[in-house]
Amino acid sequence: MSKKEIHLDRSANMKSGESFIQGVKDCLPTVMGYLSIGFAAGVVEKTAGLSLAEIALMSILLYAGSAQFIAAGMMTAGNPSTAIIFTVFFVNLRHLLMSAALAPYFRHLPVWKNVLIGSQLTDETFGVAVTRLSGKSKGSYQWMFGLNLTAYLNWLLANVAGGIFGKWITQPEKFGLDFALPAMFIGLFMLQLTERSKFGVDLAVTISSIVLAAAGSVFVSESAGVLIAIIFAASMGVWIEKWK
Amino acid sequence: MEVRPSFLWMLLGASLVTLIPRVLPLIVLSRIRLPDWGLRWLNHIPIAVMSALLSQELLVSNGSFSPNLFGLLSTIPTFAVAYFTRSLLATVLTGIAAMMFMRYASAFA
Repeated sequence: MSKKEIHLDRSANMKSGESFIQGVKDCLPTVMGYLSIGFAAGVVEKTAGLSLAEIALMSILLYAGSAQFIAAGMMTAGNPSTAIIFTVFFVNLRHLLMSAALAPYFRHLPVWKNVLIGSQLTDETFGVAVTRLSGKSKGSYQWMFGLNLTAYLNWLLANVAGGIFGKWITQPEKFGLDFALPAMFIGLFMLQLTERSKFGVDLAVTISSIVLAAAGSVFVSESAGVLIAIIFAASMGVWIEKWK
Repeated sequence: MEVRPSFLWMLLGASLVTLIPRVLPLIVLSRIRLPDWGLRWLNHIPIAVMSALLSQELLVSNGSFSPNLFGLLSTIPTFAVAYFTRSLLATVLTGIAAMMFMRYASAFA
C-alpha cells in the first residue's frame, strides 16, 4: 500500500470509523486467530475435567486466553485455588499497562462505560484499538463496543466448540494452528510500527523488550518477564527520545 | 452440565483479580491528567507489549530458554506479509500455512 492510499484510508476512517458496525468489521481480521486459540483453550479445559457449563462460564467471566490455559493446567496438576488465583493475577497484570495506554482516549466517557471497555480488554482488541486510535484525541464508545463484543462472543463460541469437538482434533500443531497466536502478535506489532514515524526509537524498544522478556521469563518467571520487559522497554523509549 | 462449587469459587477469584487491573487505570487515568512524560511512556506500551509476548512465544518454553526453530523461521514470511499487506487476517493465515508447511516438510526430511 502506498503512502497516498494510507492517507485516503485514514480519512475514510475518520468518517465511518465511529460506528458499532465498523467496530465489528475491524474485529473480523482477528476472528480467525481467536477461533483457533479459543478452540485450543476449550480442548485443554475439557481435558482438565471441566464440564461444558464450566468452560462457558470460564470464558464469560475470566475471558483471558493465557490465564485460562494456565488455570486448566494448574487444576490438572492439583494446585489449590489460592495458588491458581495468585498466578492468574500475575499473568494478567499486563492489562494494567494496556488499560492505562487506552485511558487517554476515553476520558470523555462516564465511569460505567470505562468499566465496560476495560472488562473486555484483551491483547488482540488492545492491538486493534491502539492502531485505530493513534493520532486521534477521542475514541468512540460505539466502535469500541462493536470491537469488544465481537471478540467476546467469538471467544465464547470458540471455547465451547473446543469443549465439544476437541476430541476429534488430536494434533492441532499438525495444521500449524499453534502459530496463530504468534502470527497475530506479529500482525498487531507491524500495524503499530507502520502507523508511526519514529523507527529508530521503536526498534530500540522492540529489541530491549524481546531480550528482557526472554531473560525475565527464564530467570524470574514468565508472567514477571512480560511485566519487566514492558516497563523497562517503554522507559527506555522515553529516555532515548529525550536524548535525541 | 454441572458447575462444581469449588471450581466456581476459584473462577470468581481469578476473574476478580483479572478484572481489577483491566478496569482500574481506565477509571482513574481518565479522571486525572497525566504529565507529558507519562503520556509518552504509555505511547511506547503497545510496541513493548507485542514484542514481549512474541518473544515469550518464540524463545521461551516451560521457563527455560529454548528458541522454537520452526516458529522463528515462520516469522520471516509472516513479517513480510504483515509489512506488505498490513492485513491481520492475511498475516495470521500466512503464519499458520508456514508452520504447517514446515511440519509437513520436516516429516519427510
